[in-house]
Amino acid sequence: MSSLELKDLYDGFRDPEVIKGYQKVIATDAQKLPHTINIMEVCGGHTHTIMKYGILQLLPKNIQFVHGPGCPVCIMPKERIDHAYVLSMQENVILVTLGDMIKVPGSNGSLQDARAKGADVRFVYSPLDCLKIAKENPDKTIIFFAIGFETTTPMTAALLETVIRQDVKNILLHVNHVTVPEPMRVLISDESCIIDAFLGPSHVSVISGSKIYEEFPRDWGKPIVVSGFEPVDVMQSISMIVKQFIEGRCELEVEYNRAVTREGNTKAQAMMDKYFQKVDFRWRGLGDIVQSGLGLRDEYDRYNAEKIYDAILPKEEIDDHKLCICGDILKGKATPPQCSIFGTACKPTSPVGSCMVSSEGACAAYYKYGNLI
Amino acid sequence: MTKTITLAQGNGGEENNELIKKVFYKAFANEILERSEDAAVIGNLAMTTDSFTVSPLFFAGADIGKLAVCGTCNDLAMMGAVPKYLTCSVIIEEGFEVALLERIVESMRKELAINGAVVVSGDTKVVPRGSVDKIFINTTGLGEIVQEGISSNNITQEDIILINRDIGCHGATIFAAREGMEMSSTLSSDCNSLYPQVKALMDAGVKITAMRDATRGGVAAVLNEWAKQSNVCIEVEEEKIPVSDEVKGICEMLGFEATALANEGTFVLAIKKENAQKAVGILKGFEMCAMASAVGEVSQKYPKKVILKSAWGTSRFLETPSGELLPRIC
Repeated sequence: MSSLELKDLYDGFRDPEVIKGYQKVIATDAQKLPHTINIMEVCGGHTHTIMKYGILQLLPKNIQFVHGPGCPVCIMPKERIDHAYVLSMQENVILVTLGDMIKVPGSNGSLQDARAKGADVRFVYSPLDCLKIAKENPDKTIIFFAIGFETTTPMTAALLETVIRQDVKNILLHVNHVTVPEPMRVLISDESCIIDAFLGPSHVSVISGSKIYEEFPRDWGKPIVVSGFEPVDVMQSISMIVKQFIEGRCELEVEYNRAVTREGNTKAQAMMDKYFQKVDFRWRGLGDIVQSGLGLRDEYDRYNAEKIYDAILPKEEIDDHKLCICGDILKGKATPPQCSIFGTACKPTSPVGSCMVSSEGACAAYYKYGNLI
Repeated sequence: MTKTITLAQGNGGEENNELIKKVFYKAFANEILERSEDAAVIGNLAMTTDSFTVSPLFFAGADIGKLAVCGTCNDLAMMGAVPKYLTCSVIIEEGFEVALLERIVESMRKELAINGAVVVSGDTKVVPRGSVDKIFINTTGLGEIVQEGISSNNITQEDIILINRDIGCHGATIFAAREGMEMSSTLSSDCNSLYPQVKALMDAGVKITAMRDATRGGVAAVLNEWAKQSNVCIEVEEEKIPVSDEVKGICEMLGFEATALANEGTFVLAIKKENAQKAVGILKGFEMCAMASAVGEVSQKYPKKVILKSAWGTSRFLETPSGELLPRIC
């Protein structure tokens, strides 16, 4: 029997007394801040934590949050969602993807709609579940629509490695992996950027190490604290950022040190390097970002659904609905309630923009947890 | 609403409500139906119907047969009625094993006995392979109302909100079974007949304002339905909502909220404040209700809304679950 229980993962990190303690420390320290500080939480998981646990209600007015582009579903451009839709409608294809992708509307509808029309669309928690589906359906082609940041990429690599090792003939990949530092650089290069500090995505750092963020304090003058996802983690990280400002420091610090090291998981990194290469990627809301995606290396073309089905996949870039301001929200230039269709034409049950689709999207988090109280 | 039916429209939440309103209420509109109670009240009778499509058919704690009797009898009990007569209608896929059918029917028989109810009419259809997944069961129930006036439309600030046991076990069990996760040997469905608990409360003279079993859509859906139907604000203290460690663990791993998970033997009660302590005591007398607890109060702060308050002084709205959470849980 394992000695680690599931509750060990969160017990203590939601302790009301500890949270209230940090609230007091932050309130006292924040009085010494020279100006209002805008902290960007890059990762959608942090947006979720901040809204779900009401963190904003615990902070003084001179600490503000700007929600970042770290939700893999939210940043997926419409034309790539259309790829998934088109692939799912092919005969003898089973399209497999991760949770929220199933709800995102493309130009013809969502994968949920495709399924209602007869397509075989499934969602899994682990890419390796594709192996079972492939075994049970030897006469079908299983296409895994891979999404996510550095956190989920090693799992896709593990799937491909197993497919090759076991010589599985009926699994292909459509890869949409992206990386975190490039969009962060784009955001702070923007003249209208108001970000003073970052709350760094930490599950990304479990894989890639904290070293990927060293450039932000060093080259860009932005403090960054790599934070865990529980409310105590986030409160502690905010406190660490505030202390950097009042003490005149600008550093990379790791709050989530129970899981993050400087070097990260080197085995996972090697596996990613083996199968993936840097590619350009078009981000919803942010546009084309050079070398911000991870695509399959050329030698794995025979597993690459994007190349195999190239002839039928739509190529044209599709812009967002003209009333939708997801782009500005992903850049931290606007908050969800500033959108004219937020909560009216655009809701989680009928999302117009991608930020309303995923539970990690800023709009969905605002709608669901509505910090209106 | 979408042009074709999607699984989200069977979730017991937002999309499900929209479908019912725009298609069924539109066609069938009448005063009894529009009260939106767990069971229709006709004179001193309560009547309800439910179909069962759960997959897998057998799971930790129950099976589709037990579920088919509990589900319908519980809806009657929630109106303060003693379950009396049921119909049983089955649609079976060609090739289904008779031994399994007998096992399911035996579960139904046992559960009927607990409720003191009998099946008085039935129907059997067999359809070609692939037309239905193994077996679907529909039961309709008729009950005799013992305590009148129980309604989700009458909740006021005089009431307190109670939950009879730890929540989310059914949803978590089915999901774990379907995902092939074997992470806990103690997790099992809460599927259970609620009439014995309701009877104990009524026998002790507890005046019940409203009761609802938190099936699809979970406790979050019930609280939101009540807030809307009674035009009140329900303020719930998160740490008082009973959740077992096993269910919390599954929620952590899969990103669910326990309040959105389905239950089949868990109900929410609204009763007058002065009765709260007595009711919790009575419920705790039942083995499965060791975690029974008062969880919240009723106010006019934000009418038609449910507020969830954290132990560190923040609050947020608890919304009706939306989207496709767990298809075919019941």
